[in-house]
Amino acid sequence: MANKLISEMGLPRSMANVFIARNIVTAKALSLLEQRNQNEYLAGHLPTRLKGLDAALFGGIPFGVVTELVGPAGIGKTQFCLKLALLASLPTSYGGLGGRVIYVDVESKFSSKRMIEMGLSSFPEIFHMEGLAQEMAGRILVLQPASLSEFTESLQHIKVSLLQHNVKLLIIDSMAALASGEYGLAPPKHHPLGWHISFIKSLAECYRIPVVVTNQVRSQSRDEASRYLFQEQSRAETIEDPPNFNSHLVAALGIHWAHAVTIRLVLEFRSGQRVIKIAKSSISPSMGFCFNITSSGVSLLDDEGVEMMGPEANTISWEGHIGIINYE
Amino acid sequence: MEVSTLPISASHRGKLISSGYTSLSSLSSVSPSRLAQDLKISENEAVEILKVVSRRSGSEKIENGNHAIMNGAQTAWDMLHEEESSVCITTSCSDLDVILGGGIHCKEVTEIGGVPGIGKTQLGIQLAVNVQIPSGYGGLGGKAIYIDTEGSFMVERALQIAEACAQDMLEYDNLLRKDSQACRVIKQPKAFLENIFYFRVCTYTEQIAVINYLEKFISEQKDVKVVIVDSITFHFRQDFEDMALRTRLLGGMALKLMKLAKQFKLAVVLLNQVTTKYKEGSFQLTLALGDSWSHASTNRIILHWNGDERYAYLDKSPSLQSASAPYAVTGKGIRNAAPNCKRVKLM
Repeated sequence: MANKLISEMGLPRSMANVFIARNIVTAKALSLLEQRNQNEYLAGHLPTRLKGLDAALFGGIPFGVVTELVGPAGIGKTQFCLKLALLASLPTSYGGLGGRVIYVDVESKFSSKRMIEMGLSSFPEIFHMEGLAQEMAGRILVLQPASLSEFTESLQHIKVSLLQHNVKLLIIDSMAALASGEYGLAPPKHHPLGWHISFIKSLAECYRIPVVVTNQVRSQSRDEASRYLFQEQSRAETIEDPPNFNSHLVAALGIHWAHAVTIRLVLEFRSGQRVIKIAKSSISPSMGFCFNITSSGVSLLDDEGVEMMGPEANTISWEGHIGIINYE
Repeated sequence: MEVSTLPISASHRGKLISSGYTSLSSLSSVSPSRLAQDLKISENEAVEILKVVSRRSGSEKIENGNHAIMNGAQTAWDMLHEEESSVCITTSCSDLDVILGGGIHCKEVTEIGGVPGIGKTQLGIQLAVNVQIPSGYGGLGGKAIYIDTEGSFMVERALQIAEACAQDMLEYDNLLRKDSQACRVIKQPKAFLENIFYFRVCTYTEQIAVINYLEKFISEQKDVKVVIVDSITFHFRQDFEDMALRTRLLGGMALKLMKLAKQFKLAVVLLNQVTTKYKEGSFQLTLALGDSWSHASTNRIILHWNGDERYAYLDKSPSLQSASAPYAVTGKGIRNAAPNCKRVKLM
């Protein structure tokens, strides 16, 4: 996209505008659709092999947009990411993307052993073949930046290598951990990850790859805003949400981040059961699916799913923590 | 030169031109004694010349009617006719159309804001499809421009909504227009996609450049009836050290968009995000970009949750009362909410 290169050149704004105006490329929405169907493998989605979820997402994790996984600690976000990394590195003949995966592991949770175990369990015939496990593990590049500035630097490197090395998936686990160390310094108006959000989105779109980001949760504070001014004024007519501060959590990183991601998948515990919900998506209805962590990764208990009403899909509940992750 | 066309003697004409009076407007405000002095003629002759001039411009005045009072002004009566005859873009939800006075109005800037996941992009895509409904079905039959700053436009969803719209038009045909076979315009869903011009902008400089470029683009395309910007906020919420610059840029953008709306008689829809504001001892949700931006739009709609349902609240409008209406986002797009919920409520 010529537009982006021009804006990065650092021209004075008036000149940049002139260049950009001349080069504006517009597309008719129809040509976008045709382009996607013809050129892209699997029509632009990375299947998660979870039937219900793939059906609701119209194929899987979509290319070109940022998908967020948010949930409390220990729910299975990293497990999900490991499985996705595995799926993307599978050769295309076996239904994967056949490319490299860049896994940014901020909290040092990446476990190669666990990933190989997932592979052996879900695709036994492939993994027992000579050398294939090594080839696939060799395609997954793990970065472990220690601070936000290191991460910023490595993003630039990632951009260069995306094209050169046929990278097909970018996973950042977790975004919230990067920001948590920096909040004290930045003035409140600036979002510390503001530039990063835009950059990651542009990477996703420019190179048409899926980008998966995980996010943490924090408890809902008393001052949490949930109403507009006109709602305050007409309190009699609005239905009050029961304030339940004990069992409700909110996603970290703030409302700007919440606007910026395109697809948000919320993972939570509910009555002792793990549930994955599609909280924000422009093509899917709000559906929730119960799942378990198994030796082959994540598996849904029921492919039908439950339709979520109202803002329920966005709330994250925390009702008791199951001590041990159950491996079947 | 206009002066050369006046029916006066050649010597007078020559003197006028050499003194610098080349146009009628320059003669309209000069006194006879001043003219006589400049041209070195008698005062009577100056009066004669000015009479000729006023006769010439007087006849033009009668032709232009009211415009002579002030250039570019329109009487309120003319505007009333225009307002009453303007067609709106339906939102496919009749409750929402009712509180909006028919739908999204052309020649106005409408701002729609809400929390993430409430359906702003859905409404944007629905409007981009609905603007193309042919006039035989009560629509505008125009094209749409969709400026995407966040990458939230999903083509598959637009196709879904277009298919539902085509299906609705077919049902309308079957129910109400069994006789007029000739007027049937069967629109393929993919044809809807062809009339949506999609711009993707990745920085605020690109956003400003696109909006500047739109004037040229629309005058070439001629049929565009709605410009949707999704969202107007995204690039302006980060990395702006100089808030004064941000306010200036936003103000300039707002003016340009209003000018586009008026000049080409199209609707401009701006989708906005929310932020929290500390007011009167508590935090409140409010639309982003600050107080000065809130003046930029003609109409403002806030989408919010009320219990389990989605509601749209008309916050600001020059001619309509504040009111709230429920709506739903379905597989077919924006539609009426399920029948057992509360109906339209006036505040």
